[in-house]
Amino acid sequence: MADTVVQVENLTKKYVLNHQQEGGYKTLRDVIADRTKFLSKRLFKPDTLAISNSAYEEFWALKDVSFDIGQGEVVGIIGRNGAGKSTLLKILSRITEPTSGCIRIRGRVASLLEVGTGFHPELTGRENIYLNGAVLGMSKVEIKRKFDEIVIFAEIEKFLDTPVKRYSSGMYVRLAFAVAAHLEPEILIVDEVLAVGDMAFQKKCLGKMESVSTKEGRTVFFVSHSMQAIAQLTNRCILLSKGNVQFDGSTDQAVRLYIAGQNTSGEQPAYYEAPSGKTGNHIAWARVHSSEEEGIHSWGEPVTFEFALHVTNPHETLWFSFQVKNDLQQPICNFWFYDTQTPYRREPGTFILRCKIAKFRLYMGSYTLTTWFSERRSNTILENLTDICPFEVTMHGIEREESWESDECTYLEDAAWEAMPAIPSPIQI
Amino acid sequence: MYTKELTIEAGRSEKQYWKDLWSYRELFYFLAWRDILVRYKQTAIGIVWALIRPFLTMVVFTIVFSNLAKLPSGGAPYPILVFAAMLPWQFFSSALSECSNSLIANSNMISKVYFPRLIVPTSAVIVSFVDFLISGIILIALMVWYQFIPDWRILTLPVFILIAFVAATGGGLWLAALTVEYRDFRYVVPFIVQFGLYISPVGFSSSIVPEQWRLLYSLNPMVSVIDGFRWAILGGNSTLFWPGFILSLGLVLLLFVSGIWYFRKTERTFADVI
Repeated sequence: MADTVVQVENLTKKYVLNHQQEGGYKTLRDVIADRTKFLSKRLFKPDTLAISNSAYEEFWALKDVSFDIGQGEVVGIIGRNGAGKSTLLKILSRITEPTSGCIRIRGRVASLLEVGTGFHPELTGRENIYLNGAVLGMSKVEIKRKFDEIVIFAEIEKFLDTPVKRYSSGMYVRLAFAVAAHLEPEILIVDEVLAVGDMAFQKKCLGKMESVSTKEGRTVFFVSHSMQAIAQLTNRCILLSKGNVQFDGSTDQAVRLYIAGQNTSGEQPAYYEAPSGKTGNHIAWARVHSSEEEGIHSWGEPVTFEFALHVTNPHETLWFSFQVKNDLQQPICNFWFYDTQTPYRREPGTFILRCKIAKFRLYMGSYTLTTWFSERRSNTILENLTDICPFEVTMHGIEREESWESDECTYLEDAAWEAMPAIPSPIQI
Repeated sequence: MYTKELTIEAGRSEKQYWKDLWSYRELFYFLAWRDILVRYKQTAIGIVWALIRPFLTMVVFTIVFSNLAKLPSGGAPYPILVFAAMLPWQFFSSALSECSNSLIANSNMISKVYFPRLIVPTSAVIVSFVDFLISGIILIALMVWYQFIPDWRILTLPVFILIAFVAATGGGLWLAALTVEYRDFRYVVPFIVQFGLYISPVGFSSSIVPEQWRLLYSLNPMVSVIDGFRWAILGGNSTLFWPGFILSLGLVLLLFVSGIWYFRKTERTFADVI
């Protein structure tokens, strides 16, 4: 392990929530009123003091968080909303102070908690580069030296002297990220900033961040809700949960734990059961047999989809199909079963349909099933279920060389390739 | 390769802060530069506004106090008497109001980036100082117009400018820190500024204040600054009331030191409260 550059010990941050006030701000009137109340209470009823503060509640945003980060490590910080990620970053970047505990940092820290902090809409792109650079801690000489690089990276040469209020949002974000990307700190702290900008630019940013860590040996803290970006950039992750470190270790495992922790909404993952009292031809239950527990599927592993068809009115053109849809409701693949010999075309009962896929290679993300149970001759849909059996696909097993980007395709298929010299055709001779 | 080791703890060390302030010194300039640039963007006459406003106020004050109220000027042309006070007052009042709003106006920066927060109100004062220098041109024009030649005392003017700067920063820091927590001060500050214009000797010479009240009058820190400006610019028979001046100066220093103290004390919670 390389030298430790960041050492966090028992870091704790407490916020005091005030339930009494309607507005978020303290006003002078409240303070004066509170103080007078407090004083009069102390004067007249000294023994009731202890319970007078019931309107205030303590909230521990971080509790005894400790970890060490070595030089050149890229560490992902993941966790659900309110787990304390932002608080941790804010303390690391010295925006706010911890309540107790301590952090030792060796090297210059630059934090990028928001793109375009300090941008002023009235100023031109050129002016904002200087301003933003200065706010982020660059010296004027440094900015001047990197100015051209920043402009080229942001692709805004033509609009350099236009006020940024006339920029498109994409241009704005590009410029903002470009400035930040050219900081040269020993430690870079990045919050969810890649969620903006178009695909091509996001890719460019990820590439830049990767080169910052691998080639230049900088330490990077990276917070994201995008497990895809986390998996691509980091090898180590700290999973926060309710202000505590739930897990600190390999990204694969952290991501798996994170996804598993998400499915606690009471609903069983990867499973569907028909509501009781349903009549007619319908699906009694459906299940996705994913490679791991809790509806998590490892990329490339075999998967089995299982459906129980409850048939009361057999018909010779009963037809069953289902689609796999991603979280944007886009269908990714379609499977159907149309066998003239199936028993449910002739007799009533409950029948199990099994659909096995040897190498299920969906891009990582969350997916659901949509089923179509219909009768072909009269073209009637008997049952159409949507958004059932939610499951997750992870890509932790995948080799880096064969990884692909979500904008290339969402499903990979096995293919047999051959390469051979061409036989010269007779016409050419 | 490590140049420094930094420890973040509750109640971080004072020394680190002043070191940071030094390493972020360019930000003073950048923030002031931004505000000056932004101020006159999309205006037709731009920086001329910095001249027009004090000039018109001076005209009004001259008419009201000299021609209508018939207050004495002590020999110097009344417009110059007014303007010698108008300059520091305008500087002080605009610095005070800009300063008190500065933290709120930059709240997104404060909650997202680290830098010593003292830079924000201080560069607001610097912006007002630039306006002060620009409107100084009017004073020179007035002197040329009335063919008024100042004596050696004009050389002491920088000292009084420094006092005005310290007074504005001190008051500004208090108000800036208080506004973050109590938004009430948004309403208090315009009132202070308006009220201050009349209780400070801007439109008139402080020599018209009865002798027995002079010391009490000097509790207003702007009195020493304005009297000092007049003393330096008008020369000749204008006098400085020394006991009052020293009292006032002491108050300015107290305001400044306590302003920094209070600002530093509340600064660590700015990001959480703002």
